[in-house]
Amino acid sequence: MRFPKKPFRSHGGANVVHRKNTKDMESVVMPTPEEVVIPMIQHIGAACVPVVKKGDEVKIGQIIGDTDKFMSAPIHSSISGTVTKIDEIRLPNAQSVQAVTIKSDGKSEVYEGIKPPKVENKDDLIKAVRASGLVGLGGAGFPAHVKLNIPDGKKVDTMIVNLAECEPYITTDYREAIENSWEVMSGIYAIKEILGIDRVIIAVEDNKPEAVKILTDIAENESSDADDRVKVLKLKSKYPQGAEKVTIKVCTNRVVPQGKLPLDVGCLVMNVTSVAFLATYLKTGMPLINKRITLDGSAIQYPKNIIVPIGTKIKDIVEFAGGYKEKPKKIIMGGPMMGIALIDDQTPVLKQNNAILAFNEKDAKLMEPTACIRCGKCVSSCPMNLMPTMLEKYSQAEDVEGLKKYDIMACMECGCCAYNCPAKRNLVQSIRMGKALVRKSQ
Amino acid sequence: MSKFFVSSSVHLKSEVTTRKIMLDVIIALCPAVIASGIFFGLSAVMLIAVCVLSCVLAEYICRKLMKRENTIDDLSAVVTGILLAFNLPPTINPLIAVVGSVVAIVVVKQMFGGLGQNFVNPALTARIVLMVSFPTAMTTWVKPFFYNNTADAVSSATPLVAASNSGVMPSYLEMFLGTRAGCLGETCAIALIIGGVYLVFKKVISPIIPLTFIATVFILSYLFGSDPVYAILSGGVMLGAIFMATDYVTSPLTTSGKVIFALGCGLITVLIREFGSLPEGVSFSIVIMNILVPHIEKITTPRSFGKEKKNAKNEG
Repeated sequence: MRFPKKPFRSHGGANVVHRKNTKDMESVVMPTPEEVVIPMIQHIGAACVPVVKKGDEVKIGQIIGDTDKFMSAPIHSSISGTVTKIDEIRLPNAQSVQAVTIKSDGKSEVYEGIKPPKVENKDDLIKAVRASGLVGLGGAGFPAHVKLNIPDGKKVDTMIVNLAECEPYITTDYREAIENSWEVMSGIYAIKEILGIDRVIIAVEDNKPEAVKILTDIAENESSDADDRVKVLKLKSKYPQGAEKVTIKVCTNRVVPQGKLPLDVGCLVMNVTSVAFLATYLKTGMPLINKRITLDGSAIQYPKNIIVPIGTKIKDIVEFAGGYKEKPKKIIMGGPMMGIALIDDQTPVLKQNNAILAFNEKDAKLMEPTACIRCGKCVSSCPMNLMPTMLEKYSQAEDVEGLKKYDIMACMECGCCAYNCPAKRNLVQSIRMGKALVRKSQ
Repeated sequence: MSKFFVSSSVHLKSEVTTRKIMLDVIIALCPAVIASGIFFGLSAVMLIAVCVLSCVLAEYICRKLMKRENTIDDLSAVVTGILLAFNLPPTINPLIAVVGSVVAIVVVKQMFGGLGQNFVNPALTARIVLMVSFPTAMTTWVKPFFYNNTADAVSSATPLVAASNSGVMPSYLEMFLGTRAGCLGETCAIALIIGGVYLVFKKVISPIIPLTFIATVFILSYLFGSDPVYAILSGGVMLGAIFMATDYVTSPLTTSGKVIFALGCGLITVLIREFGSLPEGVSFSIVIMNILVPHIEKITTPRSFGKEKKNAKNEG
């Protein structure tokens, strides 16, 4: 199969500020916190059920939550210690879920059952990926074994490794590519071989030239890729190049029809950190228990990339990193474009988190909305080719027919419209409310 | 209560604001303001000042009376004021200009809900109201540099009037530089083009509407046997295409809608010029197309990314 020399065109997008302040900061490993809170749902799909009870001793990598539902991924203990509490907590997205609280015993003992999986064919791979607890680490949290389990009769010819990292501030995928380049490549070769994929495109925004260079060098010289099927593609740095459907369009010129999946157009999109984790897992058998996050924002004293045990509270991470510089007024989990504002800093880090941003009062307060002047910037910047200003009007009028006519459910809430709006209108918020109206009416 | 601000994403917004956009439009209008001062003297600059002040004041008082938030700091009233002045004969009685300002701001803009809600261009509608109400004053033209003459203002016909009466026409160069009779801000093509290029460069406007509008007038005038270069340099075509038809509020949101809108503006302008009893039709053409904008938008709603064509048909 041929590789594109340059990316294909995509509609809209926003030239957001980059603010990749932490891009040259090597990841530091956070020591085991005193206590972790591990929610039983850290993915899209069914919640896990705790398989431990209060008072149990657990070790690093031991399963603490699982389910027999297909659309799910098991959850492991990230530290060794004692289960002190199993109770209901509220996730940042307002979902209520059971969570296992573990108090560290300070010994950091690894679970005896940890051993590298035997992977010889596709079924082995799917089983191993499920056991690893891997979910899409780019932020969506889609269980990886579901994604890799390509149904018979469907052919995936292209794997896209997503290193666009188009959200401002976040540099975790970039650091993964720099610090673990060999794992990234070895994960790619493993998936490519087992699933019989024809070509692999590593999609990198052109604001990461170092990552482009390192990965290109390896891809070109690596003997595991003798027939030269792995290539790096430099994308324009234009948010949201990393949104799955947009990435597929710019890498392959294929359009995923609404309501369909990437595999319906022969594509498999994997986040770069997910791919590298998979390589490590195949080698060591250690499930997903740590996550690299970018800690940044105007209220943070020392911005950093930190590898933390999953379930670590944000408060503990900030303390470890040197505390707040100013009184934080807004804390965001994820990037500033699509992240969720938190109500407190006791929230634990989840598998799919990649950034914690804390802002001072000045940055936390956004300008008040003024009248829409119909400039059309929201229309021209919408990657889904929608008309956000019309959606806002119909949403405020609670006109479900109008919302459906303008295809509100196609919106992925990327925020290009609201970012570009000169009247500072809260378009994404209105569209979310409109979507809720449409769902309620069905 | 949370000790943190909690809000829906996005948590970061661009630096562009309505005020900054309006400021860019004002900057883009400056070359034409300077040109009008050179050609038509201090009184022209005073007329612009009168229009701007009366527009801002009208908006302030109107919002106050309606018990609504004061919005003069978005600078949109300033833009309306300058554009209204640009559409008036240079020596018109300032009181007529004040009437125009009140019509533009109070009747056309605020009575329909303020910025973003008016369905026709305020400055152009005010011009049409004044033309109907004060036909003589609105069609009394003076030659450029009339203020150097010892005699009182020398009245003169605009090139379009001259053309329809087979009078003496200015040269292309005079038309391009603007040393001809006409409305205060419409004569100097080069100043208006500089402003337009600035707006396109600053991404305030897309060049689609001005280029389509001007090209349509050029081609149709040629087909009707008129001089196409004269056609685009005369009357209000440059001012209308660059600054009036591109008004956000009263032009379509979609790209294909913008093309249809500008084609319509050009077509109606030429039809009025060739067949109408009026010598000029830019104001009317833009206002007529303004009224059609909701319908244009309806037929040019884009198909969303990944939506299959047959579904779109089923919905219609």
